[in-house]
Amino acid sequence: MNESEKMRRKTRWFMLGAFVVAGIAFAVIAASGINQNLIYYWTPSDLQNAGGKAYGATIRLGGMVTPGSIKKLGGSAVEFDVHDATRNVHVKTATVPPQMFRENIGVVVEGTMVRGGYFQSNRLMVSHNNEYKPPAKGHSLDQKELRKMMESTEGLKD
Amino acid sequence: MLPILGRLLILGSLLAATAGAVLGFVAGRTLSLDGLKWARRFAYLYAALIVLAGVVMEIALLRHDFSVSYVAQVGSRQVPTWVTIVSLWSSLEGSILFWALVLGVYIAIATFLTRGRYPEYQPDAIGVWLSTAAFFSFLIAGPANPFHTVAVPPLDGPGPNPLLQNHVLMAIHPPFLYLGYVGMTIPFGFACAALLKGRLGHAVLKPLRESLMLPWIFQSIAIMLGGWWAYEVLGWGGYWAWDPVENASLLPWLTATAALHSIMVVERRGILKGWTITLVQSTFLLVVLGTFMTRSGVFNSVHSFTQSAIGPTILVFLAAALLFTIALLAFRIDKLEVEGRLEGTASREAMFLVNNLLFVLLTFTVLIGTVFPLIVEAVKGKQMSVGRPYFDSMVVPIGAALLFLLGVGPALPWGRATREQLKKALLPPLIGAALFALIGFAAGVRNPWSLVTLAFGGYAAQVTIAQMFVPMLQRIKRGESAAGAFIDGQLRRGRRRFGSYIVHGAVVVVIVAIAVSSSMRQTTELTFTKGQTQKASGFDVTLLGVEERQEPHRFMTIGRFGIARGGKPLTTLEPRMNHYQMMRDPIGSPDVYTTPIRDFYISLANIDAAAQTATITVYESPMVVWIWIAVIIMGIGGLIALLPPLAPHVILSAAKDLPPDTATESA
Repeated sequence: MNESEKMRRKTRWFMLGAFVVAGIAFAVIAASGINQNLIYYWTPSDLQNAGGKAYGATIRLGGMVTPGSIKKLGGSAVEFDVHDATRNVHVKTATVPPQMFRENIGVVVEGTMVRGGYFQSNRLMVSHNNEYKPPAKGHSLDQKELRKMMESTEGLKD
Repeated sequence: MLPILGRLLILGSLLAATAGAVLGFVAGRTLSLDGLKWARRFAYLYAALIVLAGVVMEIALLRHDFSVSYVAQVGSRQVPTWVTIVSLWSSLEGSILFWALVLGVYIAIATFLTRGRYPEYQPDAIGVWLSTAAFFSFLIAGPANPFHTVAVPPLDGPGPNPLLQNHVLMAIHPPFLYLGYVGMTIPFGFACAALLKGRLGHAVLKPLRESLMLPWIFQSIAIMLGGWWAYEVLGWGGYWAWDPVENASLLPWLTATAALHSIMVVERRGILKGWTITLVQSTFLLVVLGTFMTRSGVFNSVHSFTQSAIGPTILVFLAAALLFTIALLAFRIDKLEVEGRLEGTASREAMFLVNNLLFVLLTFTVLIGTVFPLIVEAVKGKQMSVGRPYFDSMVVPIGAALLFLLGVGPALPWGRATREQLKKALLPPLIGAALFALIGFAAGVRNPWSLVTLAFGGYAAQVTIAQMFVPMLQRIKRGESAAGAFIDGQLRRGRRRFGSYIVHGAVVVVIVAIAVSSSMRQTTELTFTKGQTQKASGFDVTLLGVEERQEPHRFMTIGRFGIARGGKPLTTLEPRMNHYQMMRDPIGSPDVYTTPIRDFYISLANIDAAAQTATITVYESPMVVWIWIAVIIMGIGGLIALLPPLAPHVILSAAKDLPPDTATESA
């Protein structure tokens, strides 16, 4: 093995080492970045089950608007309840509710659980279901349907 | 009739693709010219059959022949004709057919253009292309068959997804995306052929680069059109949300961009061969991954239509392609002879290397953020998504670094440079950097990352403009006339270089416009009654009235807003709510007043025709229109670099003494 070949080997190992170090650094940064920015897709039941974990986490809560629960407050603020088959969560939001917001409609709200025992939302979306079949009147909610609805709601962006 | 004809054509295309693929690979091993000839014929046959199948589907759509299952699923007598035509790609089965059709056209053109020129590489390339084609024909013949016969045809169908009927861009964005996406199969074929042969000589670099460049142009424009569509239709005032489907279109573009750069290093220095091949192959794999993500229903969005058996099938294909690629790389990469080596860290080629690393880093960042939720869901069954701040915090610094390189890289000479040369190259553009940052600061930009972006952008802009016209200035110095120097230096011999710098200049504009528009966006929420005027971001907005309008396929509630500034009326904006027959809930359409300096964007939150009231969200963002314009200029720059020179014989006679592949100047 001549000198230049030795040098080349050495450089190669050095570069490989540098790559590995850079790769690990990148992985660590990316992992922590992802961890801090996770958005959970939860139903009211998931929210109850999560207990203390729900406080402060970014959550997309999906469910149906409970009939008779909508209260318009001053300005654009609205309060209402969101339910799935078993649980009910009280939601307060300051955004203008969209056109088709009404009782018994699927909504997705993004925000977090606060200590006052309600869900503080900064965004409210009414679901456009992707498959466009009108639901049967007062149909019950299955969790899987609900999850699908949450994922398919366009406009929860930004 | 039509369903049977369609199914026969698809079966024929499956047979042609399979036979051609086998023949191609066999001819690649035995170097049989007859085998190659037949592989080529099967490639043309495949293209003809699959294009015919597409034509049959279009006829069925236009005739409203609801005995064809796909027409029954997306057709409607109520929708305008243009919607009927574009329905071909508005739902799952049709879009796969369109995929295969575009692939057929690409394969036929690529086979024709490379006929008789690369006998060493062409058989294997055809084998790889037709294997991909066979897979898609199989998909159409089986899990995604659009040509099922409907026993009792309905009288009318539901029409395509209303979100897709809402804007004309829907007719343009998907074809561009497919032309970009599908086209990446062609360079993949060349890359695999080079590995199978264990040689990446100058001969195959040209078709590799050109077949990568063309889909890259389409892909760039498609990504922009997708953003523009989101901006014009979705009504949240932005154009990019790091949505999985958006990421799916960006990922292969990133690796393709990296490959376009590393190919230049291969041409100049004979190094980075294996790396370039890997990038080209990754591009294709990311295309397949993107097809899986958008077509399988793992992400619910306007792009994914339903859960279906297609997802797992594409996943199997992805796994097979990945294994094939890894095996090829593992066994063959050492055969690619290295002809040169990296000299000096402050050289053009070293900057190319850093550029490539950054692009790969960017790809990984976006890839991890996109597939992480999928993996968590598959393993733990929990649903989540990765929020926008992750992408922003990771991508902004890498993007800024790339913009920095876009300035420094082209300023540096190839090979070793002296300290004096470096000073002379790197110091003057600081003027441009200071200028851009000062203009931005004076215009109110305060976000530190935006200011950094502006400074890097100014630096890059000055380098780009200076470099762009070097060949012309050299010729003028030698005494040529300005017009002659322009034609020869920019459009003939230097056209690749000229085109590349046009792309670079446009990229500077895009990045600066994105940085400024996203960091300086203002949002206001307002509620109006008829006749009321309110101020938003310096504009006077008046609700002139709420109207209702009936169209054959939809009913619209329109808010008419007068927009004025300083007492001078500028325009009337008409954001609206569209009620489609097949849909319970209305879909809003925003309206935008675009000027070169800023966009004024109104999105309806709530509207009531009886009470004549409306609640709107107003977005004011600067420079947005420059993103669309600059991406189109990028496409034009790419075309200039790609198109054959104006007069080939002039170049050939001028460059007799050079080997054929270096006859054109590269950037």
